[in-house]
Amino acid sequence: MAKVLVVTSGKGGVGKTTSSAALGAALAHGGEKVVVIDFDVGLRNLDLVMGAERRVVFDLINVVQGDAKLNQALIRDKRLENLSLLPASQTRDKDALTEEGVERVLNELREKFDWIICDSPAGIERGATMAMRHADVAVVVTNPEVSSVRDSDRIIGLLDSKTEKAEKGERIEKHLLLTRYDPVRAERGEMLKVDDVLEILSIPLIGIIPESEEVLRASNVGSPVTLNNPASAPGRAYFDAVRRLKGETVELTIPTDRKGLFGKLFGRRAA
Amino acid sequence: MNLLSFFNRRTSAPVARERLQILLAHERGIVGGKPDLVAQLREEILAVVRRHVMVEQDNVQVKMNRDSDISTLEIEIEIPAPAAVSA
Repeated sequence: MAKVLVVTSGKGGVGKTTSSAALGAALAHGGEKVVVIDFDVGLRNLDLVMGAERRVVFDLINVVQGDAKLNQALIRDKRLENLSLLPASQTRDKDALTEEGVERVLNELREKFDWIICDSPAGIERGATMAMRHADVAVVVTNPEVSSVRDSDRIIGLLDSKTEKAEKGERIEKHLLLTRYDPVRAERGEMLKVDDVLEILSIPLIGIIPESEEVLRASNVGSPVTLNNPASAPGRAYFDAVRRLKGETVELTIPTDRKGLFGKLFGRRAA
Repeated sequence: MNLLSFFNRRTSAPVARERLQILLAHERGIVGGKPDLVAQLREEILAVVRRHVMVEQDNVQVKMNRDSDISTLEIEIEIPAPAAVSA
């Protein structure tokens, strides 16, 4: 049965779009049929991060309002045929997202895909609430930084009250994805540790994505980091997170980028 | 990591720059003189076709590719045969 997964955070710039693209591509790489939807109406970026920005024809608002059919708006990834993107509108207003319209689109997508990943905009307004509204699973993206943890706490509260599942008295499955983590600084006491964040937010951890040059490199070229460099530290961390999402028990490690002599000599100048 | 991917890695920032330049030129309307000319052409072409034949939305596939030198707009319309129309 199809699962609707929202990638959310409250705070901007913590890695929702990067994570949506990376998780989507990793799931699709494992054979699942995946669509990633950009809910950031007016400020779309998922198309750019996934390298499809030149091919956008129709968008989510067109489909919600009935101006285009779903299959006209879906953009199939050029690298993975079972990965699709539904872009947000760049010119329309986010109020054009109606609850009924979004629900209809999601129900139609449920019949075609195994995973529907909703890339939420920052904030707690309409785009964000629409993205989480019909979710079965939530991935809360958090940086080990005070404002991000606070905003995540706020979002967890909304997930437990404003989603369809919560209103029906059911529990929405919530997972914490800790991104931009630097184990060396955390060890030095300069950054919140994994356990600090877990203790404060008290939702289960789905993965730790280490701070890495590979993330910027992947977005530069428009390729999810799990496709652009699956063997990189963030690539492996996202693949592990996906295995946990699918219910596997995977030992929790923080992958590191091991640099060869070449990398050590030139790595800092790359990217 | 092999040697080729090592050298490829170094080119990521110029790729980012070029992608942004192309995208923003289209969004700002520098290409074609108005914002998203290709999208406007798509709407007008479809409107003209609909004036002559009834076309189901399902039977229209549109592909666009916005590039720096040339953009392409590909519209595939399935027009029902006259027999099917009169039947």
